[in-house]
Amino acid sequence: MKKVQAIIIGGGSAGLSAAVTLKKNGIEDVLVIEKDEEPGGILEQCIHNGFGLQTFQEQLSGPAYAERFVRMAEELNVRILLNTTVTKLTADRVVEYVNSEEGAVQVQADAVILAVGCYERPRGGINITGTRPAGIYTAGQAQRYLNIDGYMVGKRVFILGSGDIGLIMARRMTLEGAKVIGVAELMPYSNGLPRNMKQCLEDFDIPLYLSHTVSKVFGKDRLEKIEMVAVDENRNPIAGSEQYFDVDTLLLSVGLIPENHLADHAGIRMDPSTKGPVVDDRYMTSEEGIFACGNGLHVHDLVDYVSLQAARAAEGAAAYLRNGSPKGTPLCIKNGNQVSYCVPSQFYPEDPAEKLTVYFRVRTPMDNQQLVIRSGDKVIRTLKKRKLLPSVMEEAVLLKKDMEGLTEDITVEITEVAS
Amino acid sequence: MMEKELICVNCPMSCRLTVQIEENKVVSVSGNSCPRGKAYAETECIRPERILTTTVRITGGIHRVLPVISESEIPLDRIMDAMELIRSAQVKAPVQVGDVIMENILGTGVNIVAARSMDKFSCSDTSQK
Ligand SMILES: Cc1cc2nc3c(=O)[nH]c(=O)nc-3n(C[C@H](O)[C@H](O)[C@H](O)COP(=O)(O)OP(=O)(O)OC[C@H]3O[C@@H](n4cnc5c(N)ncnc54)[C@H](O)[C@@H]3O)c2cc1C
Ligand code: SF4
Repeated sequence: MKKVQAIIIGGGSAGLSAAVTLKKNGIEDVLVIEKDEEPGGILEQCIHNGFGLQTFQEQLSGPAYAERFVRMAEELNVRILLNTTVTKLTADRVVEYVNSEEGAVQVQADAVILAVGCYERPRGGINITGTRPAGIYTAGQAQRYLNIDGYMVGKRVFILGSGDIGLIMARRMTLEGAKVIGVAELMPYSNGLPRNMKQCLEDFDIPLYLSHTVSKVFGKDRLEKIEMVAVDENRNPIAGSEQYFDVDTLLLSVGLIPENHLADHAGIRMDPSTKGPVVDDRYMTSEEGIFACGNGLHVHDLVDYVSLQAARAAEGAAAYLRNGSPKGTPLCIKNGNQVSYCVPSQFYPEDPAEKLTVYFRVRTPMDNQQLVIRSGDKVIRTLKKRKLLPSVMEEAVLLKKDMEGLTEDITVEITEVAS
Repeated sequence: MMEKELICVNCPMSCRLTVQIEENKVVSVSGNSCPRGKAYAETECIRPERILTTTVRITGGIHRVLPVISESEIPLDRIMDAMELIRSAQVKAPVQVGDVIMENILGTGVNIVAARSMDKFSCSDTSQK
């Protein structure tokens, strides 16, 4: 079997950043495997701007951001295998891939970094009754058709879900001459970034219906009409609240889920709160030498964080290739009050990383709260938070001295500010 | 004195800005994490401006359309007119990121440039769809 020092699965922003960092850390034998015809991942279809303010101090479009990383990877002679799909990964790091030139190939890697991105929750994942006409797409599919293939999917559009892709598509379709009738969101608050609420909906007077959902679709071959209902606080439809809109297209923007088939098959432990792998402070999964980063680890809204985290994962992989696994047994970083997930969720008190940034999200929007990080009853740090939103990823920083020698799990929680 | 709440749209941080306005002039901005936020608040209160991103038809490239971006903000009220113009653009591969696709759109002084490089489609390239 062929051997490679480090294999990165996925050539999106996470995979490219990981590859560049591995090279910079002296790991020479790096192979990126990408199933698409070009590297860059989801960014190639995200033609809007707002990428890279942290990384490059410029606001770039998605493709331009990706291009910078592709150039960096090229300059460092990173090998990228395109049009190649990884079909299997085992716990002992055998990677099986398929392409039209080589057929099915197995490679033994010393370290593997999963950078596989995420997928969109499909119609089957939500409750809409009615016919099965054409004209129903996930927002990301429609985005790909429009921004890469150059096809408009419809003229009168309704959008279910206020995720960022849906909001961005509302503006994009409007610019291209479609009429976007409205956006319905099941929750009483938006799931998209505030900037997208403003520049994608408000700028174009597109109505947002909070606490509403699409309950039924009509149409024989092509979608003709949808039924929207209001929901109560338990998200149950309110009888008599039905409204009907004549549309030929329904876009679903109801959530992204880390792509986890490969990890699942390799027996990697999954975190039910992120639906991605559990990772430690080096971004190593439960299987030795297998690391995870990017949207395949947890769903990000900022590419800068994807690049940054992927670099951390690559540093973790480089350290592992040199020194093996960290020493001792890990403790957990747990979701406390109002926290829906924490990544990474493990650390080594006997061998802590120099600095660990824990990324987390809150369950509901809140004002004027306090972030508390504690180990058992011992408070490590508190921090005031003016505004917390589920759509905005937050971070909590832990230093080596904070983690060293701890005997109890760390909890990240949100509490009322003590006055 | 009037106070206004704005969301900065310049980057995904989406900072909440509080703007104090006196006699149609912005006198102070707070809540911004960087200087762009202040500049945004100032134009937003007078005549909102946005970066425009869209695509143009490209011939001979590896895809059918090329993403393009306005080099800087253009007035929001001219965005639809700009789209009309950009739709007529004809571009041929290869293109380099930053190449000017349309100069001085609608007399705004802002160029529309390529948001990525795009190689020519070559038949020997089996990676084509
Ligand atoms: C619609 C949308 C809008 C966004 N807007 C912004 C924004 O305005 N600003 C911002 O900063 N961030 C934004 N983001 C976030 C950010 O761009 C993404 O989170 C980031 O690009 C994800 O990178 P990734 O490498 O983890 O995933 P991806 O880019 O999805 O890359 C994963 C790659 O892995 C490949 N792959 C998967 N499985 C396999 C396999 N088995 N074999 C081989 N290859 C495989 C895929 O083909 C893909 O290329 C947005 C994200 C989305 C989805
Ligand atoms: S003020 Fe600066 S950091 Fe905040 S949203 Fe605007 S551009 Fe981004």
